[in-house]
Amino acid sequence: MKEFMFIFRQPSYDHSKVSPTEMQAITKKWTDWRESITSRGHLVNHGSRLSLEGKVLKAGGVVTDGPFVEIREMLGGFMVVKAESLEDATTLAHGCPALDVNGSVEIRPLYV
Amino acid sequence: MEKEYESLKELFQREFSKMVAVISKRFGLQHIETAEDIVSETFLLAAETWGLKGIPENPAAWLYTVARQKTLYHFRRNKIFEEKIVPAIHSEEKDNETDELNFSRQNIRDSQLQMIFAICNPAIASEAQIGLALRILCGFGIDEIAEAFLTSKDTVNKRLFRAKEKLRTEKVTMEMPPENEIPGRLDNVLHTIYLLFSEGYYSSTQNQILRKDLCLEALRLGVMLTEYEKTNLPKTNALLALMCFHSSRFHARETDKGSMILYDQQNKELWDIELINQGLYFLNLSEQGEEVSSYHLEARIAYWHCTSEDTKEKWENILYLYDQLLSVNYSPSVALNRVFALYKANVDLPDKMGQKMALAEAEKLNLGNNHFYFLLLGELYKNIDNEKAKYNLQKAFSMARTQAEKQGISEKIDSLQKTGISTNF
Repeated sequence: MKEFMFIFRQPSYDHSKVSPTEMQAITKKWTDWRESITSRGHLVNHGSRLSLEGKVLKAGGVVTDGPFVEIREMLGGFMVVKAESLEDATTLAHGCPALDVNGSVEIRPLYV
Repeated sequence: MEKEYESLKELFQREFSKMVAVISKRFGLQHIETAEDIVSETFLLAAETWGLKGIPENPAAWLYTVARQKTLYHFRRNKIFEEKIVPAIHSEEKDNETDELNFSRQNIRDSQLQMIFAICNPAIASEAQIGLALRILCGFGIDEIAEAFLTSKDTVNKRLFRAKEKLRTEKVTMEMPPENEIPGRLDNVLHTIYLLFSEGYYSSTQNQILRKDLCLEALRLGVMLTEYEKTNLPKTNALLALMCFHSSRFHARETDKGSMILYDQQNKELWDIELINQGLYFLNLSEQGEEVSSYHLEARIAYWHCTSEDTKEKWENILYLYDQLLSVNYSPSVALNRVFALYKANVDLPDKMGQKMALAEAEKLNLGNNHFYFLLLGELYKNIDNEKAKYNLQKAFSMARTQAEKQGISEKIDSLQKTGISTNF
């Protein structure tokens, strides 16, 4: 089995309109999806969600407050799974809740 | 999952009001929208992280930590912190050295109480006020508020925006009123809670769960006031008693299909005894002291309605209480209810004397735009002048707002026609 990283990108959707009921539903979606991967023994590391705040260091020592406002999709988090092939790993990514909000999952093999 | 919460939804809802209160107290009420954003963002991060990693041992502490970081980051980045907030903090509260948000139990409670007083400010129009209370004090989502008011999210957003604007222009601050002003300011708070409860109890939305939620929130806010010595006044307890008595009929007043059952047709077995007892507990506490507020009177009226037997004593008491209520707080609907009590208290007089007495009083009220008025006239004309009874009931029918009401009225019209026939034969 090889290892793959899932990289979640999500649009910066308007969180202020998300109600407590929806928040609960979002948690459940991620739990269910993770469970579908864990229960089949594919999980290596459930990774982390990234905070929205941050800084970007560019060549020449320029530091900015992250290009968050301008970009359409931002890096939201990552996770590491194991699978036989890139195709199998891609199959696992189906159902990721990031897709529900018009986000994406990038699947990249890891060199160990 | 912490045991004090039944679901994540409830956790988010409760912690929302706590965290927004603490952040707003720390940085000023003019930043209330930023506080809301920070808390919502924290929740979204929580929703996704907890979904991936599982819910932490102490979810509230997790939320506080993240919100603390986000808040500092936000105010520092926007330089608001250094330029406006730091000088303000240093001039006003010299003893508070730290930038950190304080999520201690004590500070959460104090901030929430101050937030209640800030939001229940008479400067804000009442509909906007209930909306704002639902959002800020109860942690409801915009869509839930829109559903409660049967209006669009846009309208709710605009209303809330204007209400917050008002908080700014009126320079409302988060602090407890001076001790001698508390009883007066508390009246506004109690009134808002009363409106919130009424919105749930008589709401136009068909969503029963939502309606119950509104009533429970009103009860919760009331209980919060009793936990603080200076707001735990007899009138606070009277309002709580009133809400408990009304809530006790929640289960009995709806059919399986969700439509409403009127009071005299309810199955009394379904009344919630525990809530009635809870109401009695608050009613007892409300009777300490001199003041008799309208909540005291309404609570006692509601109490008598919780006694199932239709005795003369019951209706005489209710009539007496309505008379008092009218002198404290005149309103057409109270006057209308008083006439009904007058009728019920004298129903045993010979020659339909009670009915005629009530009818004369009712005609004087002349409430042309209220369908309950025509409903009452219909009831009072029954067997005195069935034509007039029918005319008034039909008028009530055409003005009734819900299907359940219309159905109830049309049943009355039908029974009127039947009694009409039976008296003819």
